[in-house]
Amino acid sequence: MKKQSTIQREFSLRKYFSFFRLRFNMGIQYRTAAAAGMVTQFVWGFMECFVYKAFYDSNPAAFPMEFSSMMAYIWLQQAFLMFFATWMMDNEIFDLIINGNIAYELCRPVSIYNMWFAKNAANRLSKAVLRCFPILITALLLPEPFRMPLPKDIGTAILFVGTMALGLGVTVAFCILVYILSFFMVSSQGIRILLTSLVDFFCGSIVPIPFLPEPLRTVVELLPFAGMQNVPLRIYSSDLAGTEMTRAVGLQLFWFVLMVGLGKWLCRIAERRVVVQGG
Amino acid sequence: MRAIRLYLHYISIVIRSTMEYKASFLLTAMGQFLVSFNIFLGIYFLFARFSEVKGYSYSEVLLCFAIMLMEFSLAECFARGFDAFAGIVREGQFDRILVRPQSPILQILGSKFELSRIGRMLQAVVMFVYGIYHSNILWTWDKVLTVISMLFGGTLLFASIFLIYAALCFFTLDGLEFMNVLTDGAREYGKYPIDVYGSRIMKICTYIVPYTLVQYYPLQYLLGRTDNPIYALYPFGTIVFALISFCVWRFGISHYQSAGS
Repeated sequence: MKKQSTIQREFSLRKYFSFFRLRFNMGIQYRTAAAAGMVTQFVWGFMECFVYKAFYDSNPAAFPMEFSSMMAYIWLQQAFLMFFATWMMDNEIFDLIINGNIAYELCRPVSIYNMWFAKNAANRLSKAVLRCFPILITALLLPEPFRMPLPKDIGTAILFVGTMALGLGVTVAFCILVYILSFFMVSSQGIRILLTSLVDFFCGSIVPIPFLPEPLRTVVELLPFAGMQNVPLRIYSSDLAGTEMTRAVGLQLFWFVLMVGLGKWLCRIAERRVVVQGG
Repeated sequence: MRAIRLYLHYISIVIRSTMEYKASFLLTAMGQFLVSFNIFLGIYFLFARFSEVKGYSYSEVLLCFAIMLMEFSLAECFARGFDAFAGIVREGQFDRILVRPQSPILQILGSKFELSRIGRMLQAVVMFVYGIYHSNILWTWDKVLTVISMLFGGTLLFASIFLIYAALCFFTLDGLEFMNVLTDGAREYGKYPIDVYGSRIMKICTYIVPYTLVQYYPLQYLLGRTDNPIYALYPFGTIVFALISFCVWRFGISHYQSAGS
């Protein structure tokens, strides 16, 4: 009996891994789009570097982090834009919910939540993999002061990779919450616009969170959105270290578990009350 | 004259059809507002910490950003048809445009009128008023004319970039996203006077795509950093850029091959 359940679990994991692989393979087909996107990311990266250099020159004492850490933040942000961009949602899913084809998805012997999670994570990963290497290599070779430094030691590098994965998880879990929200609404367009612009600010993609003034900074660091790009990108350059880091990673983990739990629960409610009209 | 009447007729049809979907219109406008509001927040928090950049104060940067945003919104509002031109070519609608006895440019300009850019415009106007109120500019008639010439030149410049983008669609539909650097990139990074980005960017933004003509140079006169009124006339230099983009468009149109479907 016990053995059978492990086999079942293994089989079901393989199922989601197939979704992941299929979506990943699909994502890496879009090479022209990736090349064009990369041009944009390069320009954006350079312009950000120049802006922060100008602000740094105007008052170095007011700069809340090392300048090289800021460069690492900017280049990683550009290289892994597709990892953390919450505005990049899967329109297919919204269409499924609106046009009723979600009924077919419900017939499959899979958990909708896990399937969406696998597909979304794969999509983001494939897009980032296509774009990140030229940007990272260039950033590592740039002349000072714009060069992206390497992590301090191997431990930092491992922590960076781990929190990147966790950050991706938080981002995907958040997006799925928005998908599920549209089960309960006739049109989710408005709430989506509002949420994505709020998150864009609170995750530190407009200005890194350390640049915010004090009472606001503490609050924003407690929110789930700080666990998206803010944590891994700052761990990379050791801007986030020691107890502060432990706390941030703990919060990241906490929000990830909470959002996945909430998502699965809401998904079950939504599945039970889904009304498919005719067709 | 007939062309203008026809254009206004086109626009009134487009606006009426937009107004059939009021909720969608309002939401798009809200989205436009929120996106530029986020950029504003970025400027706000950076200035709360640093108080100045390259000698520009908060209100001066806001004034610069507001004018740039207005130029871009106006261009998008009127010339959005060119921005959506890839779709027109892909679906073969351009054949239909060519057989009509009217200029293709007029028909494409009339095909879209993005009223939702009013969201962005609203943001720009609020920042503009704040900028006027807090920067110590003495608003004599020459300063007012400087702003008007900036708005004219900037709108023309962005519309010309849209036109070049449309002309490129005659040759390829793939990977043209890189043109976003010239439009969205300029809107995003035109928030600061261009000299903030250093001399290399200044050169690129003068000799390749003349953004400085509608931003940096007239701004120097507007903010009273120079007394030379010739700077206020620099935006008219974009007329040359517009003529070049028109030639590119003509060249493209003469190479148009229908998809044939």
